[in-house]
Amino acid sequence: MTSLTKKGPSGWIVILGTIIVSALVIMTAIAPWIAPHDPAKTRVGPIREPPSPQFPMGTTHLGQDMLSRILCGGSIMLQVSTLSVLVCFLIGVPLGLFSSYVGGVFDRACSLVIDAVYAFPGLVIAIAISAMLGRGVVNMALSIAVVYIPSYFRVVRSQVLSIKELTYVEAARGIGAKWYTILFRYVFPNVIPSIVVVATINFADAILTAAGLTFIGLGVEIHIPDWGRDLTSGWQYLSSGAWWIIAFPGIMIILLALGFTLIGEGLSELLNPKLQR
Amino acid sequence: MGLRSYIITRILLTIPTLLLLLSMVFLIMRVLPGDPVALHFEKKATPEQMESMRRALGLDKPLWTQYIEYLGGLVDIGYILEHGYPNLGKSMQTFEEVGGQIFSAFPATLELAFYSMIIASVIGILLGVISSKSYNSILDHLIRGVGTVTYAVPIFFLGIVFQLIFGVYLRWLPTGLRINPVVDPPATITGLYTIDSLLQGNLFKFFESLKALLLPSLTLGIILSGMFVRMTRTNMLETLRLDFVTAAKARGLKESTVTYGYALRNAFLPILTMMGLQFAILLGGAILTETTFSWPGLGRYIVDRINFRDYTAIQGAVVVFGLFVTLVSLVVDILYAYLDPRIRL
Repeated sequence: MTSLTKKGPSGWIVILGTIIVSALVIMTAIAPWIAPHDPAKTRVGPIREPPSPQFPMGTTHLGQDMLSRILCGGSIMLQVSTLSVLVCFLIGVPLGLFSSYVGGVFDRACSLVIDAVYAFPGLVIAIAISAMLGRGVVNMALSIAVVYIPSYFRVVRSQVLSIKELTYVEAARGIGAKWYTILFRYVFPNVIPSIVVVATINFADAILTAAGLTFIGLGVEIHIPDWGRDLTSGWQYLSSGAWWIIAFPGIMIILLALGFTLIGEGLSELLNPKLQR
Repeated sequence: MGLRSYIITRILLTIPTLLLLLSMVFLIMRVLPGDPVALHFEKKATPEQMESMRRALGLDKPLWTQYIEYLGGLVDIGYILEHGYPNLGKSMQTFEEVGGQIFSAFPATLELAFYSMIIASVIGILLGVISSKSYNSILDHLIRGVGTVTYAVPIFFLGIVFQLIFGVYLRWLPTGLRINPVVDPPATITGLYTIDSLLQGNLFKFFESLKALLLPSLTLGIILSGMFVRMTRTNMLETLRLDFVTAAKARGLKESTVTYGYALRNAFLPILTMMGLQFAILLGGAILTETTFSWPGLGRYIVDRINFRDYTAIQGAVVVFGLFVTLVSLVVDILYAYLDPRIRL
């Protein structure tokens, strides 16, 4: 932490992002104990009541307590984004490592497929896969993962291509190290920093994509507290002018995505001081 | 390599990409677990009903036959000449030609994309230049900060906030549709309402459609501009350090001439490439923007079809999105080669 603060503004940006994300994760984790009402229970109060002392964030169109739903509503997004980042990492990284190290036809074929996915509008792929797989956290995570695997693959690949030409790798090859030892013991550790940057940006994208999928009706069921879901139902009752059903969930999604974006941007500037300009 | 041979090579290189893209869509829609027909009926149909639907849509044939027919439909020149659009199969819901439905929804998306791109470029390039000129000042940090925040804002949230403020509270602007429903849309020439109404000299309809366009294109444009700001800033900072800029300044040229006439012109090429790449993101954003503003374009179409579980239509729309992005990237690459002769070497 202290070493981060010495790195100038980029270090502070990382710290700010980490604070935002940790605060939201902790809030979501303890929400069941601190929420004043059951977030799914309808008719806790009057329908669409503006923020009042009794309901500090107002109530939904089903008379649910908005504050309780905000406290609990991050859970789905955090689950979806974590799962999709994990899947991306487990597929994209080994594929990138292997493909670039082996080279040749295999590498070219992989790159061609990955580039085709990369060029496609991400949300469109996610929508198509999501529509086929159906609702639910796992399906949402999988359809988002397909969109972001190329980012991991491309970053890992470009890094490995330059690293594998370095003298220390050549030395390892010279003393007879096996390919998997070279790849995982000598090359992989040097790729990790870039992967971390991609992963944090991926978190932010996954959150926004999950919100988007929910908005067009491919998200979780209506009774489950979810910021994306609540924002959507706020929009469906737009003409009632109930701003609190729209503003609070929206701000929470922005905060969560912003937290990860800040971590990612700060880290990438720390790793690539040239970009800081 | 001359420009012509570059263009021919680039077009030929598009073929494998397209083939891959089309195969990928087929893989997602037909091979991934989930039978489109069973999903469409939500288990509420008899096996006979499902079987007849499969037969009607050709989904009973072996997968590879379907694949060949699917690819063949796209290049069936006879069909294209007869209908004016490629054969994308029939809708599961209405049994109409998917190609025709998409063809009529497409101009709305094109119009939205066009104006959003203009807004994003104007805001993005202007702020990017200001940011790079006042490098490391409070203004620079402020612009970068705003850029970062726009990246984290869900596009439909911004749209909804606009609707709430300008549509519901102030009642200044419509919250949906391409033109006021009491006004007849202009007769179709290009399908873009603003252009068609101008061509017909009808300023009233022009302003009505512009009014409807304002909120959706601002929403999409503002969200996209963040990326443009960053890219312009980085490229301008690089360019402003180059010798020819110093030389131009030394010759006593005006500051604005050096910035816009010399530096921005050179920094513009990478920005142009990025516009091409941004196009894919723009189309993704268009789906959400169109849904927010009930904008009857391709994005709205795909979302509607999802609600009807109309899988053949979804597949067609996804294919068209892919074709559109590929075409734009082809055009951008050719434009780039035209503007920067080094590419053709």
